[in-house]
Amino acid sequence: MLRFWIPAGVLGVWATLAVIGSWLPIDPYRIDLPAVMAQPGVGHWLGNDDLGRPVLDRLVAGARVSFVVAIGVVAVSAVVGSLLGGAAAYTGGWADRLLMLLVDVFLAFPGILLAIALAGVMGPGVDNLIFALSAVGWVGYARLVRAQVLSLRERDHVTAAVALGVGRLRVLVRHLLPLALAPLMVEATFGIAGAVVAEAGLSFLGLGVQPPDASWGSMIRDGSRYLLVAPHLVMAPGMAILLVVLAVNLLGDRLRDCLDVRLDHSKQ
Amino acid sequence: MGFLFGRLTSALVVVMGVCTLVFLLIHLVPGDPVEMMLGEGAAPADRSALRAALGLDEPLHTQFTTYVSRLARLDLGQSLHLHRPVEDLLAERLPATLELAAAALLLALVIALPLGSFAARRRGRASDTVAMGFSLLGLSIPNFWLGPLLILVFSLWLGWVPVSGRDSADSLILPAVTLGTSLSAILARMVRSSLLEVLGEDFVRTAHAKGLSAGVVLCRHALPNAAIPVVTLLGLQLGALLGGAVITEIVFSWPGLGSLLVEAIQSRDHPVVQGTVLVISLGYVGVNLMTDLAYAWLDPRIRLR
Repeated sequence: MLRFWIPAGVLGVWATLAVIGSWLPIDPYRIDLPAVMAQPGVGHWLGNDDLGRPVLDRLVAGARVSFVVAIGVVAVSAVVGSLLGGAAAYTGGWADRLLMLLVDVFLAFPGILLAIALAGVMGPGVDNLIFALSAVGWVGYARLVRAQVLSLRERDHVTAAVALGVGRLRVLVRHLLPLALAPLMVEATFGIAGAVVAEAGLSFLGLGVQPPDASWGSMIRDGSRYLLVAPHLVMAPGMAILLVVLAVNLLGDRLRDCLDVRLDHSKQ
Repeated sequence: MGFLFGRLTSALVVVMGVCTLVFLLIHLVPGDPVEMMLGEGAAPADRSALRAALGLDEPLHTQFTTYVSRLARLDLGQSLHLHRPVEDLLAERLPATLELAAAALLLALVIALPLGSFAARRRGRASDTVAMGFSLLGLSIPNFWLGPLLILVFSLWLGWVPVSGRDSADSLILPAVTLGTSLSAILARMVRSSLLEVLGEDFVRTAHAKGLSAGVVLCRHALPNAAIPVVTLLGLQLGALLGGAVITEIVFSWPGLGSLLVEAIQSRDHPVVQGTVLVISLGYVGVNLMTDLAYAWLDPRIRLR
């Protein structure tokens, strides 16, 4: 039971902070020069950064960024990828061959390299970040849904729906995609972990949110300049990322076991 | 032969696709690349000069033809910032990245094979749980956090290795550990699960019945048969390794392709961005092709198909 509730609790805290963060009495931009790089203590529980800004408040603000980007990227990639993959598999022929070629080309780019290049060329900002990560992320879902639809489209209920005169799009959306949902959910769960790390990674490279806004990745980058004098600047955001990713991975493993889906987690 | 030919053709098609996508990188993204590079306050004369220098004033298909014919002559253009041929910059930085990737890969294998085998043979026991827990931790820890942590402990506190740079042999240690950790975690899980499938097979029982020691059964009979999924995963994970190398190189100021890419992004040097992405991706396509061939070598059934 604990193996479910602890990670679920961590994710619950993350989501809650992200949603209600803007109503909390936090001030991630408050510069307090006497408190520059103050160690954690009463009143400022996680210490202050190099401008005297409270690390805890910035951590909460960063939770919002990582949550918005993660949900945004997974939603956009999953919807675009499933529709393209499903449509290609269901139509077959040249559309399918074209999609698979496109998928192969996108998969030929290592890891988040394409996202780094895209974000770099487009310039920083949360919306560019979501665009760049989704442009890379849709491929996995397209491949997954395509494989599912290919095996599902011969089922009797699809033949029955077609015989009853149901349109192609409706067959795809109502009769095929729902059955492909289980593996899709598992993929999306792991996708959240991937997006959190990718967002933090891009922000670490200076390609994500811009100062003075806080992101866990940019907090690590800024903090690593003061590693020896103020290790808490790097510890706090790193711990936050680790907890969220660990929790997502644990839940993903459980979800996969429950739904009994076999996937290759090559992209993890 | 048919297998080899098929793989080569599809790799060639992918290479052409990769080149096209890299070309489109600065054309398809929203916004004007010249404005992105110069900023909003640039003089019109500067803009049109840069536009001409990049060839952006010509129609798209002309630009594409020029790009492809240059590519065929291995000409990747000029760096806007350093005024040097992009291929020279890449050649300078490539060895460092190869060294880092090779070290990380070696480290990952050295950790993953024993750890995965150990966990598989003790399936369900406490030691299996601990080993897999460590692997999950390694999988979840981002390298841009692991890197600074390792620097803090081993360079700043203990003073055993240099903080950054590539001046001595021991400056490779921390970057390689940072980059290799997640790969070793993923591989260890894969070694474990694919060994678990093999360990239940008849030929393993026969080997045990012949009186072979557990070590010999594992190394001679079980591991070679568990190798195929592991090799496949290794090939696919090299992509993540090369992507992760970008961040790791930044953390440790490692003078490789990844730090070249980030420097080029920061100085808005688009030809260098394109060249770096192209070279890393083509290297990855090549490695995947070799993985497929290794696959055929490991499993004769694939060759004969």
